[in-house]
Amino acid sequence: MEANPAALPSSAAPRAGIRLPGVGTGLGRGYVVLYLSLMVLIPLAALVDESLSSGLGNFWNQVSSPQAVRSLELTLVASLIVVAINAVFGTIIAWLLVRDEFPGKAAVNAIIDLPFALPTIVASLTLLALYGNESPFGIDIAFTRTAVVVALLFVTLPFVVRAVQPLLIEMDREMEEAAASLGASGFTIFRRIIFPNLIPGLAAGVALAFARALGEFGSVLIFAGGLPDTQVSSVFIRSQVESGNEPGAAAVSMVLLLASLLCLAAISLIQRWGSRHERSTGDGLVMPMAGEMPSEKGGDDELR
Amino acid sequence: MSSVSSRSHVGAGTVSRWSLRILGLGFLALLLVAPLVIIFFETFKDGIQPPLDAITSPNGMHALKLSLLMVVIAVPLNTVFGVVCALLLVRHKWKGNGLIDSVINLPFALSPVVIGLALYLLYSTNGGWFGPTLAGAGIEVLFSVPGMVLASIFVSLPFVVRETVPVLQEIGTEQEQAASTLGANAWQTFWRVTLPAIRWGVAYGVVLTTARVLGEFGAVTIVSGSISGKTETLPLFVSKEFERFSEPGAYGASLVLALLALMTLLAMNLLKRKEDA
Repeated sequence: MEANPAALPSSAAPRAGIRLPGVGTGLGRGYVVLYLSLMVLIPLAALVDESLSSGLGNFWNQVSSPQAVRSLELTLVASLIVVAINAVFGTIIAWLLVRDEFPGKAAVNAIIDLPFALPTIVASLTLLALYGNESPFGIDIAFTRTAVVVALLFVTLPFVVRAVQPLLIEMDREMEEAAASLGASGFTIFRRIIFPNLIPGLAAGVALAFARALGEFGSVLIFAGGLPDTQVSSVFIRSQVESGNEPGAAAVSMVLLLASLLCLAAISLIQRWGSRHERSTGDGLVMPMAGEMPSEKGGDDELR
Repeated sequence: MSSVSSRSHVGAGTVSRWSLRILGLGFLALLLVAPLVIIFFETFKDGIQPPLDAITSPNGMHALKLSLLMVVIAVPLNTVFGVVCALLLVRHKWKGNGLIDSVINLPFALSPVVIGLALYLLYSTNGGWFGPTLAGAGIEVLFSVPGMVLASIFVSLPFVVRETVPVLQEIGTEQEQAASTLGANAWQTFWRVTLPAIRWGVAYGVVLTTARVLGEFGAVTIVSGSISGKTETLPLFVSKEFERFSEPGAYGASLVLALLALMTLLAMNLLKRKEDA
C-alpha cells in the first residue's frame, strides 16, 4: 500500500538499487511469499474453509441467528458513533497540536499514541475503575452500550489525529492569510479553506479507526462485559468458540474478515485519491496505521 | 514556528481558542490521562506489598517470562521478514508485490479474535489442516507456546515493513550505487550503506512490534486456552486475576504493562527525533 509505484523516485528503477543477495531472486521472493502464506494466508484460508464447510445455507443460518445479528448490529452502530466523535475531536486535537502553543504540548503529542502502546486489556480494566461503580467521577456506565462506545473511543483515538496532523503541518498558510485579509471569519476560513484540504486525511483516519473499532476485543471485554446487550462481534465469536460452536464463530468471523477487506480497499482508494490531490508533497499521503508520528520537518521548512 | 505571529492564526479569537483547548485537552484528559493515573492509584491503594506479592507469585513470574519469550521469538522473525519484504517492495518490482501490498496490512484491520480463530481452526487436532499431522509428529501447537508465538507473529507482522518502506524510498539509491561502483559487493553495500541509512526506521518498527506482542490479548487468548502457569502471558494474567477478583494481581500486572507502554512512547519519541535529524 505504501509502496505506491508512482511515488518511487525515478532513480529507484528496479535494477539500480542494491541487490541484497537473494532479495530479488527466487529465494528472496520465495521467502517473503512463504512467510506471508504460512503466517497469514493459510490460517485465513482455513477460516474461510471452516465457515463454508457445511454449505452456504448453514453459513447463513449462523450469521442470521438472533444473537449474531445483535452483536453485528451493536458493533456496526457503535463503530459508526465512535468514528463520528473521533473525527470531530481528532481534528480539534490535531489543530491544537499544530496551530496552537501551550505548555506541555510535546507531552500531549507523545501521549496521543498511548492507545497503541497500552495493552487493550489494561485499558479495559482502567476504564472500569474510572467509569464503573467505584468511579471517582461518579459516572457509572460499566456493562452498558455506552461503555462499548467509550472503550472504542479510547482505542481509536490516535487514528484521526495522526492522519490529519501531517496535512495541517504541510498546509500552505498564504491562502488563509489572504482570506483573512479579505475579511473572512475564522469559521469561514476553516470551512472553505482548511477543511477541504483535510478531507483526504480525515477520510483515511476515519476508515482506519472504523476498521479497528469493528474488530476490537480486549478493551471492551472487562469494561462492557459479554452481556447479551453489550456483546460486540469479537466477544460473541469467543463465546461461540468456548461453547464449541466453531461453525458459528467462523461464520461471524467471515463477516468481520470481509468488512476488514472492504475497509482496506476503501483506505487504498482514499490514498490514491489523496495522493492525486497532494502531488506537491511528493509521495502523497503516508497513512498512519499505528503509532506513526508525523515529522515536523516539512512544516518547519515551510514556515521559515 | 515562532516566525509566524500568533495574531494571524485562523480561529485566533481568544474565546474560540480557549474553547477548543478545553474541548480537545479535556477529551484527552478524561480518555487517556485519567486511565493512566488510576492504574497507579488502584495498584498501590493497599500499599506496595499486595501487588508485589501477586506479580512475584509463580504464576505471575511465569506470565512475565512467557511474555518476554513471545517478544524474543516473534520480534526478530518479523524484523528480518520486514526488512527483506520492504527491500523487495521498494527495490525489486515484480508482479507479486501487488499481492504482498494488499495482504500486508490485513493484520491491522482484522479482529485479533478472528486471527486467533483462524489459527485455532488450522492447528486444531480435531480436523484442522495441519493439526493432526503435527500431533502425529508429537508437536503441540494449540494450548501451547508455538500457537501463541504464531498468534504474536500474525498480529505484529506489518510494523517493520510499514516503517521501513518509506525510509527506503526516501534514501534513494545513489549512495548504494556509489558503493557498488567502488567495488563493494551486495552484502557489503547492504551492511555498510543501506542498513545504517534505514536503521531508525527499522528500530521504530521494532519498538511498535514489541509493544504489540507484549500487549496482545485477543488472538493469544483463543489459541492458548489461558492455562495458569503454563500458557498465560501478562495480559492473560491480568484478565484471569480480574475474573478471580484478585485486584492486586490484575492491577500489579497492569502497572507493569503500563510502564512498558510508557517506555514504548518514550522510545518512539526518541527514534522519531533521530529519524527527523
